[in-house]
Amino acid sequence: MTAEAPHAATGPTTGKSPSGPPASRPPGPPPALLHRSLARALPVSPAVVLLLLFLAGPIAYCAFIAFTDLQLTGQAEESFVGFDNFRTAFGDEAFLNAVWMTLVFTVISALIGQNTLGLALAALMQRASKPVRTLVGGIVVTAWVLPEVVAGFLLYAFFRREGTLNAILEWLRLPTQNWLFTLPILAVSFANVWRGTAFSMLVYSAALNEIPKEITEAAQVDGAGGWRRMWHITLPMIRRSIGTNLMLITLQTLSVFGLIWVMTRGGPGGKSQTLPLFMYEEAFQKSMIGYGTAVALLLLVVGSLFSVVYLRLLRTEV
Amino acid sequence: MPVRPTASLPTLLALTLAAAGTLTACGGGSGSDPDTVKVSYKQSMDNSIKVMDTYLADIKKQFEKANPGKKVEFVPIKAPDSEYYTKLQQMLRSPKTAPDLVYEDTFLINSDITSGYLKPLDSYLAKWQDWNQFIDTAQAAAEGEDGKTYGVPDGTDTRGLWFSKDVFKKAGLPADWQPKTWNDVLEAARTVKEKVPGVIPLNVYTGKPVGEAATMQTFEMLLYGTNDGTADPLYDKSAKKWVAGSKGFKDSLSFVETVYKEKLGPEVSDALDPNVGTRIRGEWLPKGKLGIALDGSWLPQDWLPGSGHEWPEWSEELGLAAMPTQNGQAPGKVSMSGGWTWSIPAKAGNPDLAFEFIKTMQTKANAQKWYIANSGIAVRKDVADDPSYTDAQPGIKFFTDLVASTHYRPAFPAYPKVSTAVQEAMEGVTTGDMSVEDAAKGYDEELKSATDDQVIQK
Repeated sequence: MTAEAPHAATGPTTGKSPSGPPASRPPGPPPALLHRSLARALPVSPAVVLLLLFLAGPIAYCAFIAFTDLQLTGQAEESFVGFDNFRTAFGDEAFLNAVWMTLVFTVISALIGQNTLGLALAALMQRASKPVRTLVGGIVVTAWVLPEVVAGFLLYAFFRREGTLNAILEWLRLPTQNWLFTLPILAVSFANVWRGTAFSMLVYSAALNEIPKEITEAAQVDGAGGWRRMWHITLPMIRRSIGTNLMLITLQTLSVFGLIWVMTRGGPGGKSQTLPLFMYEEAFQKSMIGYGTAVALLLLVVGSLFSVVYLRLLRTEV
Repeated sequence: MPVRPTASLPTLLALTLAAAGTLTACGGGSGSDPDTVKVSYKQSMDNSIKVMDTYLADIKKQFEKANPGKKVEFVPIKAPDSEYYTKLQQMLRSPKTAPDLVYEDTFLINSDITSGYLKPLDSYLAKWQDWNQFIDTAQAAAEGEDGKTYGVPDGTDTRGLWFSKDVFKKAGLPADWQPKTWNDVLEAARTVKEKVPGVIPLNVYTGKPVGEAATMQTFEMLLYGTNDGTADPLYDKSAKKWVAGSKGFKDSLSFVETVYKEKLGPEVSDALDPNVGTRIRGEWLPKGKLGIALDGSWLPQDWLPGSGHEWPEWSEELGLAAMPTQNGQAPGKVSMSGGWTWSIPAKAGNPDLAFEFIKTMQTKANAQKWYIANSGIAVRKDVADDPSYTDAQPGIKFFTDLVASTHYRPAFPAYPKVSTAVQEAMEGVTTGDMSVEDAAKGYDEELKSATDDQVIQK
């Protein structure tokens, strides 16, 4: 690192003083600058090393494994197979089904469910009295802090055939069914909305508090109704928060595993099998680590595609 | 002044690779204490079940007393079956984490042998008198494709039909019911359905949610009763190929289809609930809500005193029958066997001490104690002949006698994938999404890709 650092450190300085080419620069100031920048980099270096070791390292190793036929067991030696795993994935109906399920799950539970419900709750709570605000906030946040597996069991108990939902329906004299069997992807999506809405609500509450009162009041004086104020003032003003929130909840939702595993195990017949569950099955149940890792990389790609879209949305109109 | 990322990119890359190397490289030397034998086993997920923990604690005491200065350290893994294998296999990869002794399911032992995770035990077995007491099929249960033995079985299991005498009485069926053909089983279920409403007539595990239980407790119990009882209907040993397109396969799928189509089984949504096994053992059988269950010999383990849901009356209330062959052809009954073995990892630090521990566990007295404690079936001849074992618990004699007509699975490395393909086919006919014909065709295709085309048409 020391060999490269001077360039980086002196780069901007040489740009400012056109007279001094790097070779003939006086020996005085640059070493001092170098010294300073090194001294400044010193406190963050442990963090950088740790990040490289525990974040970049495993990711790089994963990227490598995805191109091998490594198995958990049943194999004497693994070998490099190039793009075979990716070819297998795109020819595999179960994989394509998992991609589709992942999109459905993400759109229903994150983009539509958590996002709009979170915004609606935040907007309503702006006007609510303090006790109501505390109570609703408390309930929503409780769902959020529950461990994923516990939340999964609660909702399994809610949706199963002898569960709470059917008890309510029966009481209302409506037809009952085993929701986890007939509408598994909707059931797990609902579970994810139930669990994750608090996050969006907190983000939007903070954003709405940032809007200066004068602007909305002025609009109100000009005769703008509630919906118009929302559409023309509030939403544009919190656009950045919407983008950030969408990105974060999408990434969270893409990686949901425990919730679905506990409720349906991806079944019946793969009807709620999202990519993380598919990956788990291939890697650990069929012990094909190489293939599973390739699927994980593809999941990373799906996540970054979503992120790129959100970033683009954020950039326009700035 | 920030460090420009462009300048440090090569260094970053180098560091990243170095980091990846550090994380994955297996350091040499196990660093384990030469006087301590580390033993890994599967701890029950149910905190109230301590059968294995109690037994091993007793063996530890005996071992440490007989070998002064030596210590036993347990490394229990508390996980459901499939997660246990995963965890174990990860531990076996490195000498830093490999214990000295592991508890291996015969389901996966060949995969682990092929991976080179385990040590052949032949040199130890040759010097061990008691090995001759183990029955032949059990000795072969942990044999690799190289003919060497990689584990000492601590018992086995067999499977059969459990039926509720109370339900049978209400349905007008005999209390000493012994079906001769598949059709007899279905007919009894139909009678229960007709005469005892509100009771599930017959349970056969099916589909991916219950995993290997569907393949072994149901599908193979059917499939291995479809032919003459000598050839393996799943894997052709002489050709070293997996069998595709067989009539027996389709007949077995038809049986499963019939059960769920005629509503002789649980509701499909219950059958495909991952927790159905717990409900059968904890709720349906003890409460008389299930007529017939095709299940394993270990069920009473759940009903023992101290298990949390005692049901000592089970031996009065449940009857036992062997699973018949398809049309009653010889040998008349079918059973499948699996079970677990004690194996020594290739990367174990103290293999000699580990084998000493196996020997302590497998004295006749200790083996017998273990079979009885965990409702296991004896694989030692001296124990199987001992009346104090056969009389210890109701049902033990019945399931021990089934060992004569039992089959072991072709537990080759591709087996877990083949098993998943079987479960998918079963799930297809259970939900009614697929015809038997389509499901069997789907299996044949899956089989080809799962076994690298090592397939023979029959």
